[in-house]
Amino acid sequence: MAKSHKPVVWFPFAAGGTVIAFCIPVIVLLTFLAALGHVPAGLSYDKMHSFAVSVLGKLIIFGVVALSLWSSAHRLRCTCYDFGLRADTLAAAVLYVAAIIGSVASAVFLLRI
Amino acid sequence: MTPLKERLVQLEVLRYYPDTDTEAHFQTYEVVCQEEWVVLDALNKIKADIDPTLNYRWSCHMAVCGSCGMMINGEPKLSCHAFLREYEGVIRVEPLAHFPVERDLVTAPDDFMEKLKRVKPYVIPKEIKPISEGEYKQTPAQLMKFRQYSMCINCMLCYAACPQYGLTPSFIGPAALTLAHRYNQDSRDGGRKERQEVVATHEGVWECTFVGACSEVCPAHVDPASALQQMKITSSIDWIVEHLIPGGKS
Repeated sequence: MAKSHKPVVWFPFAAGGTVIAFCIPVIVLLTFLAALGHVPAGLSYDKMHSFAVSVLGKLIIFGVVALSLWSSAHRLRCTCYDFGLRADTLAAAVLYVAAIIGSVASAVFLLRI
Repeated sequence: MTPLKERLVQLEVLRYYPDTDTEAHFQTYEVVCQEEWVVLDALNKIKADIDPTLNYRWSCHMAVCGSCGMMINGEPKLSCHAFLREYEGVIRVEPLAHFPVERDLVTAPDDFMEKLKRVKPYVIPKEIKPISEGEYKQTPAQLMKFRQYSMCINCMLCYAACPQYGLTPSFIGPAALTLAHRYNQDSRDGGRKERQEVVATHEGVWECTFVGACSEVCPAHVDPASALQQMKITSSIDWIVEHLIPGGKS
């Protein structure tokens, strides 16, 4: 029996899972605080803008967004499978394309800053 | 000494005789049990006093042999480890899910046994030594790397809990893959490459979607889900070495 090529999608999924576990709860909390008008001094618009202008900043933001999207897409694909949706190729195509579109969009927006 | 507390327990047991029944049906038994009994005690009482035709497997009555696995109120459990005091009302007892029923609560484990053989769950020595050179020694740290995974009692509860095995019966499954990991992790073993031919396929670790139900129901705390995730990491590293590193193809 041939070995599987699933590591191609699984490795970014695992990396994205780690990013989601460590970064996303903090980002959600900070965004929530910002929405209520409580922006910590270190995360003011000017500081965040200058971070997003730098190449390293763009790479970090892109990494967090793209890996999180990919991980979520793969997790959703697995969840569909767990619930008995056997059209795995279709589910994979739709979800991965959505993740790729989101990643490309984040790259475009980052390059415009 | 205070007398033991008794309780009238209702058990709804799945009955099925493939030779005569067209389909399975539930039979309800009322049995007087002692409060500290387990479901297996209640079944034994039914067989002894009420209905000797009831079929089920059991042996040790102490969660070691792994033969009395069944679905109790829809959850895979060892019936010798399912205390009656943890249940209220009617207790529904069915054969292990995802396995063909041989008779009543007895299932056919043939598929699991065949898969177990395929992962070569035994030490394939890294180096063959003559007996005169003595035993293969191991440090406590080397033992701890696989000890947890060697605690499997082959009860198959993890197969009954795994939704992937239910949906894709060709999946090698939690217990067999965990035993592959147990031998891969053994410092005396050199058989990982052979086992990868089964482990790294679609039907091997990659059919697992990390639901984690296997680890929740495991009565021996083996944690098959962790073994499978570790094998996904090593299988992914293998894939990178084989496909992306020049000269890495084995």
